[in-house]
Amino acid sequence: MIGKWLDIGPVTQIEPGTARTLPVEGGEEIAVFRTMNGDCYALVNKCPHKQGPLSQGIVHGAVVTCPLHNWNISLMTGEALGDDKGCVPTIPLKVDGGRIFLLREAVLGRQAAPQAA
Amino acid sequence: MNAPQNFDRGGRERLVVIGNGMAGCRAVEEVLARDPDRYDITIFGAEPRVNYNRIMLSPVLAGEKQFDDIVINPPEWYAANDITLISGDPVERIDRERQTVVAASGRVEPYDRLIIATGSDPFIIPVPGKDLPGVVTFRDLDDVNKMLAAADAGGDAVVIGGGLLGLEAAHGLSLRGMKVTVVHLMPTLMERQLDEAAGWLLKEELERRGQTILTGADTEAILERNGHVAGVRLKDGRDISADLVVMAVGIRPNTLLAKSAGVEVERGIVVDDHMVTSDPAILAVGECVQHRGTCYGLVAPLWEMCRALADFLCESPTGYSGSVTSTKLKVSGIDLFSAGDFSGSDGSEDIVMRDASRGIYKRVVVRDNRVIGAVLYGDTGEGSWYFDLLKKGEDISDVREALIFGQAFAMGGALADPNAAVAALSDEAEICGCNGVSKGQVVACIEGGAYSLDAVRSTCKASASCGSCTGLVESLLALTLGAEVKSGPKTMCKCTSFTHDDVRRLILEKQLRAIPQVMQELHWTTPDGCASCRPALNYYLLCAWPGEYEDDQKSRFVNERLHANIQKDGTYSVVPRMWGGLTNPKELRAIADAAEKYGARTVKVTGGQRIDLFGIHKEDLPAIWADLNAAGMVSGHAYGKALRTVKTCVGSEWCRFGTQDSTGLGVKIEHATWGSWMPHKFKIAVSGCPRNCAEATIKDFGIICVDSGYELHVGGNGGIHLRGTDLLCKVETEEQAMEMCGAFIQLYREEAHYLERTAPWIERVGIESVRQRLADAEEVRKLAARFRLSQKYSQHDPWAERAGGKRADLHAHIAQVRPLQMEPAE
Repeated sequence: MIGKWLDIGPVTQIEPGTARTLPVEGGEEIAVFRTMNGDCYALVNKCPHKQGPLSQGIVHGAVVTCPLHNWNISLMTGEALGDDKGCVPTIPLKVDGGRIFLLREAVLGRQAAPQAA
Repeated sequence: MNAPQNFDRGGRERLVVIGNGMAGCRAVEEVLARDPDRYDITIFGAEPRVNYNRIMLSPVLAGEKQFDDIVINPPEWYAANDITLISGDPVERIDRERQTVVAASGRVEPYDRLIIATGSDPFIIPVPGKDLPGVVTFRDLDDVNKMLAAADAGGDAVVIGGGLLGLEAAHGLSLRGMKVTVVHLMPTLMERQLDEAAGWLLKEELERRGQTILTGADTEAILERNGHVAGVRLKDGRDISADLVVMAVGIRPNTLLAKSAGVEVERGIVVDDHMVTSDPAILAVGECVQHRGTCYGLVAPLWEMCRALADFLCESPTGYSGSVTSTKLKVSGIDLFSAGDFSGSDGSEDIVMRDASRGIYKRVVVRDNRVIGAVLYGDTGEGSWYFDLLKKGEDISDVREALIFGQAFAMGGALADPNAAVAALSDEAEICGCNGVSKGQVVACIEGGAYSLDAVRSTCKASASCGSCTGLVESLLALTLGAEVKSGPKTMCKCTSFTHDDVRRLILEKQLRAIPQVMQELHWTTPDGCASCRPALNYYLLCAWPGEYEDDQKSRFVNERLHANIQKDGTYSVVPRMWGGLTNPKELRAIADAAEKYGARTVKVTGGQRIDLFGIHKEDLPAIWADLNAAGMVSGHAYGKALRTVKTCVGSEWCRFGTQDSTGLGVKIEHATWGSWMPHKFKIAVSGCPRNCAEATIKDFGIICVDSGYELHVGGNGGIHLRGTDLLCKVETEEQAMEMCGAFIQLYREEAHYLERTAPWIERVGIESVRQRLADAEEVRKLAARFRLSQKYSQHDPWAERAGGKRADLHAHIAQVRPLQMEPAE
């Protein structure tokens, strides 16, 4: 039985204020963030501006600053903040029992071609 | 209604309550208040005593209260209300078929309505040694008695868990004379209730009181000696000795009875808005329930649940719709309040006020003109007002500007405008507490020509010290000058009203040693800064406290965190150091091999006389560094606000015009200066004669060798704004040139703003001032010595550390998803 949620490991693997990456074969790499407060979010690892790897940006509050051109992206909505316009897809995430789960269909739904699952 | 049973109790319905705790008794009280004669009531309690206020166990532990003080209902209450209390005989089974409960003694009690109020159990982390004598939880009076007995014997205590309960236990044990260490898994104490800033203040205060607080500390095992607990081992290898270990990592709903009776249970016992479970005859209330997906561990929701439950049982159902909770820590002398959502959600704005001199941090989170969360530390007087606004969802747009100052200020009608409030102050009112400046003096100073904040600061000193009155002074400027206010000095970023110079000066004056400390003491208006101020503060602290400050990697720009340059496609470029631009066949071979092995798509000779490998993936960085290290090469810091290269020409060794050994000097200088972090990138060059083949006059520090010695040039830049160097001075020996180089770098490191190259820095302060400072031999000696000291701690090859496995998390993926081979995750 394949669950609705995909377990990607313990929350302690991500230092607060940083992000880590989750490559998806045949799909878009996902960036999993943990804020200074300890809240977790997941976004496609591509800035809506020039596809910079958001996972490598500086995290402050629930915002990440893209390392390429300093766009500020909301971790909650994926929207660019301030005067910039653009949005990156978010992946539903939950933390349960100290582990991070991503909504399986949202992770796999970003694949180039649908897979039998 | 349910079928009557074969026990007659005068026609009254039988209400049985499992749990003599706060929820069970409160539910009964609420029922009695509505209809005292309706039910024949029996309460089962597992503890052999009357009902007491569990949240007051902390003051009992701390010695501030006795057990008698916290009893809610004495034995007389049960008698007066004709309640049968069966204590010390816990219920073991619910028979839903027969509508009876069966106790441990075999006693059978029938019910028409049953209330489950079994509360919650402490969560025990499954580590070796968890069952040793001397390991206790903090849940009931027995636990408190065990802790008191241990405290009488003295010694060391470890509290696992830095949440509300853990900190209260630690406080009590500390007051009882034990040496207490708190071990907390998360980086911030009480992270569910506090943000990083307030958590930091709390940690400071507890440490000041003598507790040891270890955050980010994961317990591996509880250690044993002679059959008793002896200590705690952390996953990082540290051992902490302990005669008592308190586990206070959390609670979980106690659902055992309900579950075995077949009542629907998820995380808690599932109830509807009237606290009725999946069995209509059975209700549940308190910490054991799950209502609309939420389990509560605080006392306030319990009162609301009990009201809804009693309304339903007395046939005037109202319904419970969930609670918004707030938290206060019951540790004397520490005022702390939090409520609602303060995670900084989408579209929300933070209003932050900090007053370092009084140790106050206030943060109110607003969305769509409504308060959605608040964190208060040091002054919680307004907590109830903010909580009220939050619960009512009131529109606060009218009082928004003054919201953070509190109710009296914000609701003062016409005074809601902060300028108006300031206008209403008397002339004698003190504006600046640090320098004792009154409103009248500030106004006189402004009228005397100080038309900007900076001017006010330099004339009457108001707002020139801690800066907490900056807002007031700005209001006075606006009031006095109307629209003519000149904008003040440029602040570091939008998170602060201080300038770069202020921040650097205050870090030294106030001995600030950590980023959260700077943010608190200097009244940052955001909880954890932004992408501009975090790297700047990290650098300023690193420069101020060499060897002592621990670099905060998460405040570093990606290039400095990954020790490589990010490129537009998200890959990295790698530049090994070539001292003075020299290389050899062995290094070139290693570079060629690495380029092939790691698929460098472009190999480019840089302007700084070295070789750049492009297209390397983040995950491959430690491996390519290991290969380059093996050939003797180290990081070139081509990615850093740091010493980049020392460019040289071949000099007197080969060149027919060369006057000195420019290459050799360049190599020496690079060995002396590599690894140093700077406000911005820093380039050096050494030319062997005035033909200047190494282009030394567009570098940050350039040396031009002449027959009689060395000309030292500073402040050149070949970037957007081409700037030739200024001549600093001329020296006779290599040693003097190197000493002056170190002194100049240190002056720049200590006085320039973050992200300010030497060229704009010198334009700002004037070359004359730099020359004057460095004309003083004593000053040069001191600066150079400080530079050498800081270099002692910075000349470690970051590549070698990473290749050796340090911070592997920065390079590795957290996991990988390969859909075709995926294992079920649950």
